[in-house]
Amino acid sequence: MALYNDKVMDHFLNPHNVGEIEEPSGKGIYGSPVCGDMMMVTIDVDDNDVITDAKFKTYGCGSAIASSSMATDMIIGMTVEEALTVSNKKIVEELGGLPAIKIHCSVLAEHAIKNAIWNYAEKNGKHYAGLEGYNPTEDSEEDDHHDIPEEE
Amino acid sequence: MREVYLDYSATTPAKEEVVREMIPYYTKLYGNPSSLYGPGLEAKEGLTKARQQLADLIGADPKEIIFTSCGTEADNWVLEGIADQLKKKGNHIITTSIEHHAILHTCMYLQKYHGMEVTYLDVDEEGFVSPEALEAAITDKTILISIMMVNNEIGTVEPIKELAAVAKKHGILFHTDAVQALGNLPIDVKDLGVDLLSMSAHKIYGPKGIGALYKRKGVNMPSFVHGGAQENRKRAGTENTAGIVGFGKAAELARVNLDDHIAHSRELRQYLWDQIRDKIDHVRLNGPADFDKRHPANLNVSFSYIEGESILLLLDAAGVSVSTGSACSSGSLDISHVLSSIKVPMEVINGTVRFTVGDFTSKEDIDYAVEALVKVVDTLRRVSPVTGKEGW
Repeated sequence: MALYNDKVMDHFLNPHNVGEIEEPSGKGIYGSPVCGDMMMVTIDVDDNDVITDAKFKTYGCGSAIASSSMATDMIIGMTVEEALTVSNKKIVEELGGLPAIKIHCSVLAEHAIKNAIWNYAEKNGKHYAGLEGYNPTEDSEEDDHHDIPEEE
Repeated sequence: MREVYLDYSATTPAKEEVVREMIPYYTKLYGNPSSLYGPGLEAKEGLTKARQQLADLIGADPKEIIFTSCGTEADNWVLEGIADQLKKKGNHIITTSIEHHAILHTCMYLQKYHGMEVTYLDVDEEGFVSPEALEAAITDKTILISIMMVNNEIGTVEPIKELAAVAKKHGILFHTDAVQALGNLPIDVKDLGVDLLSMSAHKIYGPKGIGALYKRKGVNMPSFVHGGAQENRKRAGTENTAGIVGFGKAAELARVNLDDHIAHSRELRQYLWDQIRDKIDHVRLNGPADFDKRHPANLNVSFSYIEGESILLLLDAAGVSVSTGSACSSGSLDISHVLSSIKVPMEVINGTVRFTVGDFTSKEDIDYAVEALVKVVDTLRRVSPVTGKEGW
């Protein structure tokens, strides 16, 4: 009997890709400790627009850390456009599911990755369909953390 | 792997002596205490003895003890019962912002469905309620004051005697939720001057599923559970005989061992805190700094830059059981209302852990737990992007 499934626990207990890339191609931060979770992602992108490395640091609960580990695993080797399609839903699927009350934790990784790509695109004057209409600053105080059903 | 349980405020294991006394009431002494033949009367004797044992622990008369299904039922009953009993006199209840949800949610229910008005008193930064603030909140409509004896999260021991004196001065009934206090500090209901007091067995090494209410002789309120003449017509339902007998035995053991229990708890709690402070940077104690004014076994600590649920899970993986005030702890996403009431900043609340030692905790257990904790905090801080330089 455990709160999380084995895959989630494995990613939480032995997270992959922990750290920070020095002089990364892009860096994104999402959330804050005040909200209960925060993630920083750094990525390296090669000339073919492929993400060759990704590292994260996360403040948060077990599912936030597990989602961060899984999400960075997922985007390494993807093109930037592909990485922009990695939704929180896909992260949860890859993890084999999260408790309903914890689904919002996976949103953290989706947003932080988007922010890192945004930063890369800004620095390099690149445009991606997946970033159309996306504003990294606007989302940061969004109500992701409060969209769970009421108890009772 | 060693297992170290440091969550005695959540629940305690039932002691062997307690369970030994209970078993015959499931197998041989199974009679219904309401029956008038031999087996029924034998079962009834068990209730009588247990009532005396519990009364002795709190300085009450056995007639003033009514068994309930749990502490929460006792709390619900007092609030709803007094609201009904005294509705002609008034509709105002005074309580505090740091009560257990058994009180807070019942108050909200009474506000929503029964037109009651409730004042939730603020507490200071260590969780203390002031008798002056209580007196200032009293109106001519106030019918009940309910203030917990010991806070379950931060261990604050409230000045119940002074608070009850304020209630008495104004002729208002005074209730205290003593679930965390029972067996952890001396309780004498006459000396304290309380009218109603809630208790639970599973916090004092007794079984789960049994609680009790002390109701001072002369205090009247309607039944909460209807349907029989049990508990002197005050609480219907076939008695949980074995549970009551177990509660009685646990109360007797708590009374006999009280001094030793308090000394043991304080010593280990102090040792735990000294070790944590010594070996881990950026920690903060929540609740009374004067350990004489807190639950003898309670320690509530915030670890900067990391989050409580992940601390809990990693400690669990090492065999150590604790609880957390973090928003992300399982089951709810609400941060601790107690820690926000004492104005602990949000990001600090999210990194809070409650440790409670108990009779089965040893110094070696603490050493093991601290060793695990040092590793857990270090691991999570290395994963965390927060370093304290960001202003959080």
